[in-house]
Amino acid sequence: MSLAAKSNEIRMALTGNESVAYAMKQINPDVVAAYPITPQTEIVQIFSSYVADGDVDTVFERVESEHSAMSAVVGAAAAGARSMTATSANGLALMWEVVYIAASNRLPIVMPVVNRALSGPINIHCDHSDTMGARDSGWIQLYSENAQEAYDNTLQAVRIAEHPDVELPVMVCQDGFIISHALDNLYTLDDAAVQAFVGQNNPRYSLLDVDHPTTFGPLDLQDWYFEHKRQQAEGMKNALDVIPEIAKEYEGISGRDYGFFEEYRTDDAEAVMMVLGSTAGTAKDVVDAMRSEGKRVGLVKLRVFRPLPVAHLVRALRGKPALAIMDRAESFAASGGPLYKEIRSALYDCEQAPMVSNYIYGLGGRDIRPEDLRQVFEDNLRAAAAGHIEKPVTYLGVRE
Amino acid sequence: MNDKLKAYFRTDHLPHIWCPGCGNGIVTAAIVRAIDDLGWSKDDTVFVSGIGCSSRAPGYLDFNTLHTTHGRALVFATGVKVARPDLNVIVITGDGDASAIGGNHLIHAARRNIDITTICFNNNIYGMTGGQYSPLSPTDSFASTAPYGNADRTFDLCRLVEAAGASYVARGTTYHVTPLTNMIRRGLEKKGFSFVEAMTACPVYFGRRNKLPTGVDLLNWQRDNAVPVSRAAKMEPEELAGKIVIGTFLDVEMPEYTETYERLLKEHAADRSGE
Repeated sequence: MSLAAKSNEIRMALTGNESVAYAMKQINPDVVAAYPITPQTEIVQIFSSYVADGDVDTVFERVESEHSAMSAVVGAAAAGARSMTATSANGLALMWEVVYIAASNRLPIVMPVVNRALSGPINIHCDHSDTMGARDSGWIQLYSENAQEAYDNTLQAVRIAEHPDVELPVMVCQDGFIISHALDNLYTLDDAAVQAFVGQNNPRYSLLDVDHPTTFGPLDLQDWYFEHKRQQAEGMKNALDVIPEIAKEYEGISGRDYGFFEEYRTDDAEAVMMVLGSTAGTAKDVVDAMRSEGKRVGLVKLRVFRPLPVAHLVRALRGKPALAIMDRAESFAASGGPLYKEIRSALYDCEQAPMVSNYIYGLGGRDIRPEDLRQVFEDNLRAAAAGHIEKPVTYLGVRE
Repeated sequence: MNDKLKAYFRTDHLPHIWCPGCGNGIVTAAIVRAIDDLGWSKDDTVFVSGIGCSSRAPGYLDFNTLHTTHGRALVFATGVKVARPDLNVIVITGDGDASAIGGNHLIHAARRNIDITTICFNNNIYGMTGGQYSPLSPTDSFASTAPYGNADRTFDLCRLVEAAGASYVARGTTYHVTPLTNMIRRGLEKKGFSFVEAMTACPVYFGRRNKLPTGVDLLNWQRDNAVPVSRAAKMEPEELAGKIVIGTFLDVEMPEYTETYERLLKEHAADRSGE
């Protein structure tokens, strides 16, 4: 991602939450429904001020739970409204039933998720257990490294979700507190540029299109349920074509290019690390430090986890000797974290597949330090030299 | 804190997280005094809480405690009570926890008349998340999500619980500590579902936005606006606008859920043995 500012861009100092609330203001959605939960609360709280001040035309519903928030935006989206909500952790968990319904009804809802550890024990700090749990719910998932990416991803998410070949909801993920509450310098677009980019929502079907009556979510048994699921899978597959198209168009107005993932100094790397979210910033510093010592290490920061860009990942990772997958979530499968499983499986058929190891780290907001990441690189450089991995799954930074 | 009360607290978890001027400590102490009055054993008493400022209270109490999910404390508590009807089960909840996300569970716990005492710390706001308005934020009051005043109507939780079928319903305030303690004690003694709404001060997130910026302001507000239920009965609705009606609204004897359940089991066991 380059930081070359375009003439319609404005430099601002915003936290991750503020940047997403600001993006929502510029999107000016028709309906927002939400319920407070740390660390997301600020997004909709700030947005409610935009509503109160008349800065947006949004109908803002303060509902009595997250289950109701997701239900309200499903109803609004089915009626043809551009609809958004935001949540974290247990709020997402409480939405669960309706999260699936949103995707199954092919409703292009955009939901910023501020990643936080799921209870229990109760913990308000960052990990990815919340959105990783929703990985099979049929939502597109975009992960952000910082407030800039949270802002940019939110704007792009609207277009991805509403694309006629996709018609699926999108979660825009940012790390709780680490991004959501930290002040960052970022470029924002002017309102007119955002409005021109997001355009009008033109849903193929809507409840308010009274000349073409439709039904959403009816009983769908052995006769057609499977076909509808198959179409849903196709929408997710189509997103693999749509996401780069939207990114290209966004680059045209912002100067910032977004791929499925970012490759950072991976060209001749012997040990590559893959991360989601804010840890990428720390990891880049470690890569730079180790590169200056002549160590061949690099980073892949995955932005798009759903759909998983398998072919692109294979092309990028083929021939790398060692790959360390960093999971900020435990899947309790007794065999490694969710990202590890998916990436390792993606590489199974590829020739010259790297040796893949897994590090589960940072659960419940446990700090990940540069020296921890350096250790991961050192382990993997050693594995690359030796030709085998000693330990497939490691818990990093925990007392055992 | 005096030594007698200290014995009921996990003093190694103190100081608590509540803000200066918060009334939650007063309510928590009232609960402990009521338990002390009754001479209940800590080992036979279970506290269950949900999510929010009030729900942190059991963390400081040296009893059997279960800190659960937002709005669901009553359901977890129902599980505890049906499994072990011999235990004293107390739910600590807040206005957002009990009346919004968990409103359905409140209605059904009252309907069953299960022997659980629920203390609702009503600070009129979602304090833990930074002051968004709750279903018990007064209409026209200010909140972080209502910068020009709250358009929603509030509701009377005591009347709701009474209508749903509870055995004991009362409302007190942190200004009127002794009556509050007595209400809680009566609620604990009551066989059946008991509900005590305790008006508590949130100066940081409710008071500051509503011209009551300190804990003292909010205590004085409680003092100046509380109307005993007997006097309220003689007042017109317009006169009661903005007032807090305090006192006991309901205190009746009705069949309790776990006892009814136990009796059914015994009757049917007798049926089967007679066959």
